[in-house]
Amino acid sequence: MSEPAKTVFSHVVAATAGGGLVSLLRTRTIVALILLLLAFVAGIELARPGTVNAVWVSNMMLFAAPLGIIAAGQTLVMLTGGIDLSVASVGTASAYVMATHSGLGVAPAVLYGLAVGFAVGLINGIGIALLRVQPLVMTLGTGLMTEGMLVVYSQKKIGEAPRVPQLIEDLGAGKLLGSIPNDLLLWGPIAIAIIFVLRRTGFGRLLYAIGDNREACKLAGIRVWRILLVNYVTCSLLAATAGLVIVGGTDSAELSLADVYLLPSVAAVIIGGTSIFGGRGGYSGTIIGALILTVLNSILTLLDVPESVRQILYGAIILLLAAAYTRLTD
Amino acid sequence: MTTSTEGKSSVTPVAGTASKMRLLTRLRRSLWRSPALFFMPALLFVSLATTVGVHPQFSDFDLQSLAMGALPLAFAAAAQTVVVISGGIDLSVGSAMAVANVLAASTMEKASFGQSLLLAVAVLIIGAAIGALNGLIVVLSRIPDVVATLTSGFIWGGVALVILEKPGGGAPQEFLNLGTGTLFTSWLPNALVLVVTAVGAIWIPLSRSRLGLQLYAVGSDRIAAFRSGVKINRTRFAAYIFSGLFSAVGGLGLTMTTGIGAPLAGVYYTLSGLAAVVVGGVSLAGGRGGMLGPVMAAFVLTLIPTDLIFLNIDPNFGQVIQGTLIVTIVMIGGFVDMARNRK
Repeated sequence: MSEPAKTVFSHVVAATAGGGLVSLLRTRTIVALILLLLAFVAGIELARPGTVNAVWVSNMMLFAAPLGIIAAGQTLVMLTGGIDLSVASVGTASAYVMATHSGLGVAPAVLYGLAVGFAVGLINGIGIALLRVQPLVMTLGTGLMTEGMLVVYSQKKIGEAPRVPQLIEDLGAGKLLGSIPNDLLLWGPIAIAIIFVLRRTGFGRLLYAIGDNREACKLAGIRVWRILLVNYVTCSLLAATAGLVIVGGTDSAELSLADVYLLPSVAAVIIGGTSIFGGRGGYSGTIIGALILTVLNSILTLLDVPESVRQILYGAIILLLAAAYTRLTD
Repeated sequence: MTTSTEGKSSVTPVAGTASKMRLLTRLRRSLWRSPALFFMPALLFVSLATTVGVHPQFSDFDLQSLAMGALPLAFAAAAQTVVVISGGIDLSVGSAMAVANVLAASTMEKASFGQSLLLAVAVLIIGAAIGALNGLIVVLSRIPDVVATLTSGFIWGGVALVILEKPGGGAPQEFLNLGTGTLFTSWLPNALVLVVTAVGAIWIPLSRSRLGLQLYAVGSDRIAAFRSGVKINRTRFAAYIFSGLFSAVGGLGLTMTTGIGAPLAGVYYTLSGLAAVVVGGVSLAGGRGGMLGPVMAAFVLTLIPTDLIFLNIDPNFGQVIQGTLIVTIVMIGGFVDMARNRK
């Protein structure tokens, strides 16, 4: 477990409380999340019998993967008490730059896309880690910069139409053997790597430690700035990767491609139980959070209501979930 | 903490004792304490001078379009400022503006001038109600304000789309004139008058009231404020109401200057308004800054794309410059803070 001390403590609390359902959910919030996810799936099946089958599950995974990847970066950043509001712009820019370089071949094009993520992440990291700008302001600023640069770039590049390479299309929309989404094959290793890093490596533990008390880390001789710098670069690289998956799914590089992912990327992390103030949470919760949001989206699509009403319901349910979660764990 | 009175320190004269020497020391001291107070007018002056410099035929018409462009942004900045001073953040400002904008444009289309003014009052009340709901969500749900308002902003965006699906609607010409016309001379645009009077009429009494002081106190140090008997939740709630009110004025301004309602037009103003707040010297940590800085910053941020057009540079670089400006100014602020703490 990522926080042994806290877990032991909460077990004691649970034991003294009598071990009811609520205290079980309180100590093992991941159980609550999984139950919620199952409830959502059951809801769909009840409303439209026959919807939930292998194809549906595989589609959900396909749609959840980009959100899961973009929210992975957000989780890392939030564990240190930060936030990254530039992930959506980075995803869009990465996809667009990749698409305009597809003439060079897939590998160089992908590298160009990821380079965008690296550059923005580096600027974020330098500003936040070295110059101590608040993460909200810094990433807001770099998000605006990235967006503006992208618009200028798209106008300069008018001769070379953006084209999504076949391999990226396969990654974002294809399925292996007709059932396993290809992007799950990318998300899976990323997820395992992140959970491993958070639970089993010094870097992961330092992320929790910095989120808990940055000053104490500094006094303990940790070079906080290095950890944060690496962390923000990783977050942007993950956002850039997600952008590539997203553009593979839609097959057209637009200038507002990943905008819709900003709110879900934050919401998945919060619903997944990572505190925005840092030091508490983990990626496994975020994975369930991303799945819950994807299934929620699917429910709202089935409801057959106008886009505007969907937007209202989506926001309202996120608020309810986040509020319930905050109540449960406080 | 001296921070809560900083914004006022250079305004309130110390009774009688101010000799010329004292004045100079005091000027230097307040420059040291809140550089934004001097930095902003300077920045505004420089960007205006640049505009006139590269575009010598700067006319009354240019001034009018500048004021019209800055009108919605100034109110977005004002809305954000109140919440930021109280130590919070409101990422739903743009969507609240969009709701006010489409509400006004869809109801005023066939109204007379008198009716449209009544409708404007109704929109202001609804704006305050939206702010109140945001405040309730933040205070009651205990979800961090960034996440709560990001999500509620998403909801208000949906509400704006429900009210008006596509850009359309309108308002009587006399009403539009409040934002597009001029007063007395063609060098005094109504938009400028509207910004100064509306922000002044709400902010000056507010900042001098008990509630105003409480806003600064809560933003400066929540625990200290609580121990001094300030009702934290009520104060934060009030800040969001004022944010909703200012957003509604901004939405009305958007209706006046564009002549229509557009459900997606407001989105832009959340981030740009926050940019104006940061550039205007209001600390995102709360409790520090005033209203003058962000409103002036709104004009500077509006001038930048105009200057770029005159300089024959792609105006889309405006957003890049905005982003750079935010980051640079916060860094400078950080260095000033560091230097001050070291002293």
